[in-house]
Amino acid sequence: MEKFITLTSTVVPLPIENVDTDQIIPARFLKATDKLGFGNNLFADWRYNKDGSTKSDFVLNNTLYKGEILVAGKNFGSGSSREHAAWAIAGYGFKVVVSSFFADIFSNNALNNGVLTVVVTPDFLSEIFTNVNADPKTSLTVDLLNQSITNNKTGRLEKFEINPYKKECLLNGLDDIDYLLSKKAQIEQYEKAR
Amino acid sequence: MKTLFDKIWDAHVVSSVENGPTQLYIDRHFCHEVTSPQAFNGLRERGLKVFRPEKTTMTADHNTPTIDQDQPVKDPVSRHQLDTFAKNATDFNMPLYYPLGHQKNGVVHIIGPENGFTQPGMTIVCGDSHTSTHGAFGAIAFGIGTSEVEMVLATQCVLQTRPKTMQITFNGKLGKGVTAKDLALYMISKLTTGGATGYFVEYAGEAIRNMSMEERMTVCNLSIEMGARGGMIAPDETTFSYVKGREFAPKGEDWEKQLAYWKTLKTDEGATFDKEFVFEASDIQPMITYGTNPGMGMGITDSIPNLDDVDEAGRISFINSLKYMGLEPGKKLEGKEIDYVFLGSCTNGRIEDFRVFANYVKGKKKADHVTAWLVPGSWMVEKQIKEEGLFDILTEAGFSLRQPGCSACLAMNDDKVPAGKYAVSTSNRNFEGRQGPGARTILAGPLVAAAAAITGKITDPRN
Repeated sequence: MEKFITLTSTVVPLPIENVDTDQIIPARFLKATDKLGFGNNLFADWRYNKDGSTKSDFVLNNTLYKGEILVAGKNFGSGSSREHAAWAIAGYGFKVVVSSFFADIFSNNALNNGVLTVVVTPDFLSEIFTNVNADPKTSLTVDLLNQSITNNKTGRLEKFEINPYKKECLLNGLDDIDYLLSKKAQIEQYEKAR
Repeated sequence: MKTLFDKIWDAHVVSSVENGPTQLYIDRHFCHEVTSPQAFNGLRERGLKVFRPEKTTMTADHNTPTIDQDQPVKDPVSRHQLDTFAKNATDFNMPLYYPLGHQKNGVVHIIGPENGFTQPGMTIVCGDSHTSTHGAFGAIAFGIGTSEVEMVLATQCVLQTRPKTMQITFNGKLGKGVTAKDLALYMISKLTTGGATGYFVEYAGEAIRNMSMEERMTVCNLSIEMGARGGMIAPDETTFSYVKGREFAPKGEDWEKQLAYWKTLKTDEGATFDKEFVFEASDIQPMITYGTNPGMGMGITDSIPNLDDVDEAGRISFINSLKYMGLEPGKKLEGKEIDYVFLGSCTNGRIEDFRVFANYVKGKKKADHVTAWLVPGSWMVEKQIKEEGLFDILTEAGFSLRQPGCSACLAMNDDKVPAGKYAVSTSNRNFEGRQGPGARTILAGPLVAAAAAITGKITDPRN
């Protein structure tokens, strides 16, 4: 897994609530047996017409908005547990998703793939949307070590929560499997003691 | 004093990471073809074996056709995924592998309980969010991502942050013509799709106690649709008599020992929950959804909310949602013509759902313009449908049965509802495009689905 320490980037705004994993990556794209290529189908039904041409009114097709940070309305990632949603977000090039609320499984999956989910207050979120709407060059700085996010347009800073263990994993590029494999003896002991 | 959740969780803690998640031992892992191939690849890359192969049950269900299952799968990409699943079962010596056509094959959350894999007191995971279904037996059951599937295969453990606990109580009895699905859709409409995020729910109250195992599974299944990590119901005589005698259930002395333990699995008097909700079962009427998430539900005789009823931050989503559905704020849906009916899925693909549906359509005729897909959740359900004479009732009413699988619930196969068409569906999600690009899903219980199939319109089954 890639390390994550700090990132400053312009953003892609998606001010829609309850964006579910079927929108992030529709089920018909889940037939692959590897983790590659999902970025091309990120938000496929909002992004492409039936004939494969792009829908000009969708934000990913608007050249004004670019960056490695996706900012979305509340309850992002609800629905299915498909990790393909996290692979699609990472595959497209996003390293951070900012929202005021995330669905549990999505958030886990994102963190397990080195994508940081940052929870901000509804007010901070709506300010980002307003600023980005007025000036698409508005950038955010996400500092994992200090657990802070800054709206560089206004200078407003917020602290965000992250599990200390997950923070260490991201800072060092480690994953859970490495940790669990180091606990094999304890697992066997647990099984015997039952 | 502990809650049911606390008792089971505490019994499965292997270790706790300092300031971090809990290392939780998993008793049963269910595995399907769509969310597992990358996990098996991960094992190969790391040179690992499956740690406890006998604790994983494998069934192909998501990406499978519901006709001609004895023929090679037509779509080459789907076929490759199923072949990969088979290869993984062979390469890793998995003893419980149920491919297409196997008598134990079917939707993962249906075959688990049916075969006795699902038992009270267990921790159960699967790379599928509707794993919450198994909580109906008094188990901690939840959906996981593919990275976690790899963790379970490699170590029989996952790392989980302990969720908060919530109790939802339903007092009194459900009215005539109101099903477990209606109760769940009602609850989700009250709590919203994120209302239980971060919580593990225990369902309680008279209306829950009176339910059969099939009905309890429907309720627990839909826990994820309000964001809950899972839902559970304390086991009782209904649970024990369902489990007893099933193939993988404990037998003889082992059964007696387990049963004694299972009887201790209930929330202690005086134990507290982080959050509690109480509903009156008699307030619930048959439910339908009008929007594009399961929280957008209403009583079948109600009207869609007006724009003023929606808070400001949610209005764009509300407008987009109704636009997608081709519906208008403030209007009723009762009497609206529909095109498709889907009976099936891990939510409502069990034998009882087919009984309810068949009982309603008995002696009536399917509306000519309605396409009805009746998809049993497993071969075992299909067998029961035939044995109980339901098949003949359905046939006489103009219906036919398809072969088991997830089918039109997520439309990975050819069972796709065409763009712009309305489907009354007993499945769990009405997301945009869920049943096919542009498809318009109206979620409902098996009884509302049966009424819609007969009249061709949204119809109150109580009339």
